[in-house]
Amino acid sequence: MGESPIIEVEELVAQYGEDRILDRVSFNVRKGEIFVILGGSGCGKSTLLRHMVGLERAHSGTVRIHGDDISDTDRFHEILKRIGVLFQGSALLGSMTVAENVALPITEYTDLPQEAVVEMVSRKLRMVGLECYGNHLPAEISGGMKKRAGLARSIALNPEILFLDEPSAGLDPVTSAEIDELILMINRTLNTTVVIVTHELASIFAVGERGIMLDKSEKGIIAEGNPKTLKDKSTDSRVRRFFHRGGNGIE
Amino acid sequence: MSSDYVIEPIEESDSKNEWIIRFTGQMGFAGAGPLIREIGDRIREEKPERVTADLEGVRYFDDYGALVLYELGKVVDQTEGSWSVRGADEEIQGFLSGADFTQDNTCTFARKKRSTNMFIRIGDATLKELKNLRFMVSFIGSIILSLLYVIRHPKSLRVSDTINHMERTGVDALPVVAMIGFLMGLIMAFMSSIQLSQFGAEIYVASLVAFAMVSELGPIMTAVVVSGRSGSAYAAEIGTMKISEEVDALYIMGFDPTIFLAVPRIIAAMIVVPMLTLFSNLFAIGGGLLVGVFMLDLSLNTYIDQTLYALTLKEVFWGMFKSSVFAALIASIGCLRGFQARGGASAVGTAATSAVVTSIFMIVLFDSIFAVFRSYW
Repeated sequence: MGESPIIEVEELVAQYGEDRILDRVSFNVRKGEIFVILGGSGCGKSTLLRHMVGLERAHSGTVRIHGDDISDTDRFHEILKRIGVLFQGSALLGSMTVAENVALPITEYTDLPQEAVVEMVSRKLRMVGLECYGNHLPAEISGGMKKRAGLARSIALNPEILFLDEPSAGLDPVTSAEIDELILMINRTLNTTVVIVTHELASIFAVGERGIMLDKSEKGIIAEGNPKTLKDKSTDSRVRRFFHRGGNGIE
Repeated sequence: MSSDYVIEPIEESDSKNEWIIRFTGQMGFAGAGPLIREIGDRIREEKPERVTADLEGVRYFDDYGALVLYELGKVVDQTEGSWSVRGADEEIQGFLSGADFTQDNTCTFARKKRSTNMFIRIGDATLKELKNLRFMVSFIGSIILSLLYVIRHPKSLRVSDTINHMERTGVDALPVVAMIGFLMGLIMAFMSSIQLSQFGAEIYVASLVAFAMVSELGPIMTAVVVSGRSGSAYAAEIGTMKISEEVDALYIMGFDPTIFLAVPRIIAAMIVVPMLTLFSNLFAIGGGLLVGVFMLDLSLNTYIDQTLYALTLKEVFWGMFKSSVFAALIASIGCLRGFQARGGASAVGTAATSAVVTSIFMIVLFDSIFAVFRSYW
């Protein structure tokens, strides 16, 4: 695993109107790692993710992907080709079938013959276990399948970085574990750097290699490191409460 | 950065038809399409007996690279040549063995096919319409029962919602209804004056405008405008609520969705649409008056007297009654289409469109029924 940072967040300030959500947040994500952004509800996890993928403009500070500033409008389109995003609600286009959703970025950004597009879409759907659901509309499949389909669409172009917003939210433990396995498989086979926003403890420990924890009152990072180490060794009461589901973790 | 390639015929070979394709650079999604097309076309054209893909110069490789090799391998097979790959490192080998492109893809894109048999299609369409009709009948029944319930229990009516809908359906529509009414009166007066002036009967322009607008065109034009503005809005609002499970939430909380959502809209429309029709009639008469006074040299008093002479209170109430029926149709159909919405965002658009089309059709159908009824009355 490489040590060079692929994402650099420096002194990021995020605010909506006068309401400051994140105050001078800085951290790096290394190439090839699975990085988790943790924290309780309303601490700004999803806001941070939206700033990292360029959906929101930072009040101040910078986000760099491969050294390119995400706010640089000239480079933004190029950056978009390198990243994939799985939204919390999957964000599949309801008027298109699952296969057409996955084919959308492939037909937009490649000049593959139609037959090759079908081959590639089939492969991506097989990777997420939806090979025979390609002709279904999003409304005709379950929540877990929608997440898988969203994941297939987000890895359609083999992005260097995959951003996942609450990939396990609203899923049963078995489906949630299957999604975790998919994330690990994508990280290994495609060597994709994965950034996950989540507060699901099982997922955090299953896939997270390193991460940061945000806190609502601090409007920033209160802990950084390996999730298991944070759980066992952190002395910060807020971190302990998070990892021990409200308790302090002391037997 | 995308991939580049060089095709080298093997010179020491007995046959000149043996190639090595040396790939260099990155074999990702960028450039995969041109590689498949360009090299594939050359293979089809020159039909080499043996082709070897050399990957030693490749710096990046993923499943798009594997797809390129798979597609080229297929072309070589089609031209009855032999295909091999060399120079693949461990990582590339991993992609080549993991990229299972040879599997069956039939179920990926296959749309659920409609039968080509005409009888099956007619049968399917009939069953669909019957199902639709069944829902419609049960919805009409539900609306009638809900209205009866509201009459018996007036407190169950959501008055604030009803007033809000009256404002949106009535007050907000007034400018457009007034403008359309005014222009209709103007056009009718102008067109009829061309014919009537041949007989020196310009005075009857006032009667024609007043009678046609009050008993027929006023109610219809107002209903068409309201169905476009409010019928579609009702369908879209309720459709969105249906898709986001808000209607289910109301039901689970013990509310009757028809009383909560449909009744206020229907009552609001039945109150304000006849009023809008009156305004439309007034503005149409105003438009006709403008033509009568300034083009036909009729005096203001003469025009107004002739208008009042042509109209009876019965005609005015008949027009308002029709408007009220049209309003009930528009609101009910808008709500019905909203409640029928299933699926995603596109279902909301379909519901709104369907609400407008069905409303206009029903308005014209009911107006025809009223016309037949009137002729025997």
